Amino acid sequence: MTRQWNWFTGGIALGVVFLLAVFLVKPIGVSTEFVILDGIVWNALSDNLITKSPDAKSGYSSTNAYLNKSGGSYAKNVINPIRYSPIFVLSMIVGALLSAKTGGPQPTAPDRIAPEVWRSRFGEGGTKRYLVTFIGGVLVLFGARLAGGCMSGNAMSGMMQTSISGYLFALGIFLAGIPLAIMIYDRK
Amino acid sequence: MELLLAVILGAAFGFVLHRIGASNPHNIINMLRLTDLHLMKAILFGISIASALLFIGLAVGVIEPSHLDVKTTYWGVLAGGIMMGIAWPLTGYCPSTAVAALGDGRKDAAVFVLGGLVGAYLYMIAYAHLEGTFLLKKLLGGNVTLALTPDPSCPALINGIPGVIPALVVAVILGLIAWKLPGKRV
Repeated sequence: MTRQWNWFTGGIALGVVFLLAVFLVKPIGVSTEFVILDGIVWNALSDNLITKSPDAKSGYSSTNAYLNKSGGSYAKNVINPIRYSPIFVLSMIVGALLSAKTGGPQPTAPDRIAPEVWRSRFGEGGTKRYLVTFIGGVLVLFGARLAGGCMSGNAMSGMMQTSISGYLFALGIFLAGIPLAIMIYDRK
Repeated sequence: MELLLAVILGAAFGFVLHRIGASNPHNIINMLRLTDLHLMKAILFGISIASALLFIGLAVGVIEPSHLDVKTTYWGVLAGGIMMGIAWPLTGYCPSTAVAALGDGRKDAAVFVLGGLVGAYLYMIAYAHLEGTFLLKKLLGGNVTLALTPDPSCPALINGIPGVIPALVVAVILGLIAWKLPGKRV
């Protein structure tokens, strides 16, 4: 009864999207935009986070070393957010909504708080789930930025290009993720 | 034009993530505890197809080499992967699937995204201290690939033969793994 695509159809669809992205524009990546959104908020609250700088390669420099790296390219992207990548990420939300509205899988009300496998292990309560997903989000984005990309940008786009960084990132994820998942939930 | 492509490609990516069940953390967790490998099969098959067609497209000159974006290899990539691997079975979300899950109205995904914004902020602060340590030091020449690409700034581990050959070998191996892995355990 599942309205999910099977692995074969899903794999083809996934492959086509990754290929189309690199054919038309560039490889898919998402986690950088978390930095850009942070930068936009931070810059709105700060007087001197990002300044115009004719000497910098991008034309902008930042007091934050990360936004300032590679000639201030992130700093420039914070100043000009109406670009390909932020729009791409926002549009993903619409795409998922479209899938849900056109016969895709539908979560139940409890699913919207915690997935079934979590509920059968840790119970229905939302507080514990939210606390763990918040901390998990902190870890994942810190890790993704340390690695230079997330599952999409580093592992999938990377392995598509046979990039060593992509294999290394995927190795790290599954090396830690599989034993931990089996320990936490067992396999029943 | 590029913004229109952003809308279309972003929507297509979100649609596919949702439709294959990747935005449902239940499926991610079951993949990691090896009880339902359909997502793993889909991911490997997707990479296999995309990689094969990418390298064929590059070889025949249909795909613009400047569109490639090969990320740098350094120990932080492995460390970051392990951090994500620790959090993944707990949350069931990665950045992309959590964004897609917002379209499903999942509240835990919204909390994950908020945590992610804090995590990215912490990395922005930490970067000045990590810069120059072994964690961020380039390995194997930096943005290195296995198969030779037309991008002259990317060193390749396998030289002397056209990149399309090793890329197709890897793609076939990934495709075979995708095909042979069991699906849902009953």
